[in-house]
Amino acid sequence: MSGSDATESLAERLRPLALVAVGGFAGAALRYAVSVALPGGFPWGTLAVNVAGSFALGVLFYEARLVGRLGPRMRLLLGTGFLSSFTTYSAFAVETAALSPGLAVANVGANYALGFAAVLAGRAVVRTASEEVAG
Amino acid sequence: MNLLLVGAGGVLGALARYAVGAWLPGRTRDTLAVNVLGSFALGALTAVAAEGAALSTVFGIGFCGAFTTFSSFAVETVTLYDDGERRAAVRNAAANLVGALAAVGVGGWLATALA
Repeated sequence: MSGSDATESLAERLRPLALVAVGGFAGAALRYAVSVALPGGFPWGTLAVNVAGSFALGVLFYEARLVGRLGPRMRLLLGTGFLSSFTTYSAFAVETAALSPGLAVANVGANYALGFAAVLAGRAVVRTASEEVAG
Repeated sequence: MNLLLVGAGGVLGALARYAVGAWLPGRTRDTLAVNVLGSFALGALTAVAAEGAALSTVFGIGFCGAFTTFSSFAVETVTLYDDGERRAAVRNAAANLVGALAAVGVGGWLATALA
């Protein structure tokens, strides 16, 4: 094995880590920016990123299932890296635990109902788009 | 400055989550694991660290925030349901919630007891 082959295979192995890292930086930083921009009193920031990110990951997931034009690298960068870091479960759990019982139930209900609905909306968008392309 | 701190924590959190995904096969197990573990860590940190401290920003908002994920959880739950595995979908939705909330409580209690 020549030196350049070894370098190339190392680069191949590091590439997925680099994609996840870049996406993770951008996703976490943007999540923070959203939380600073939105009013306090209720965890609006976490709700907003979780719903928006679930929609986008739904698009990405069903694109892979129904169309498959995005490559694995793009999915690592956008899905595993960016969107999975942009959305968060730990802040959602800590914020829920700190709320009064009524607001805690509302927060769980909002994140779950809107998050799941956002995934379905993502699926609908991909279905419509792929039918238009096929049609 | 805070954006850089959060971003740096986000890099580590995303890479750690990626590593857990490589270690734990299965459709939902890796997401459940990071969500419960990360909620435990954030619950412990929130109980003892001052809000706005650099450690909270890097480790709490950055690392724990990126290590745990809602979007993968939502997509995995909805697609399980979509594929006819309705019981597994409901179980997954409940397990993440109960596991994460319990972890926040245990983490907070433990951190307060040790501090």
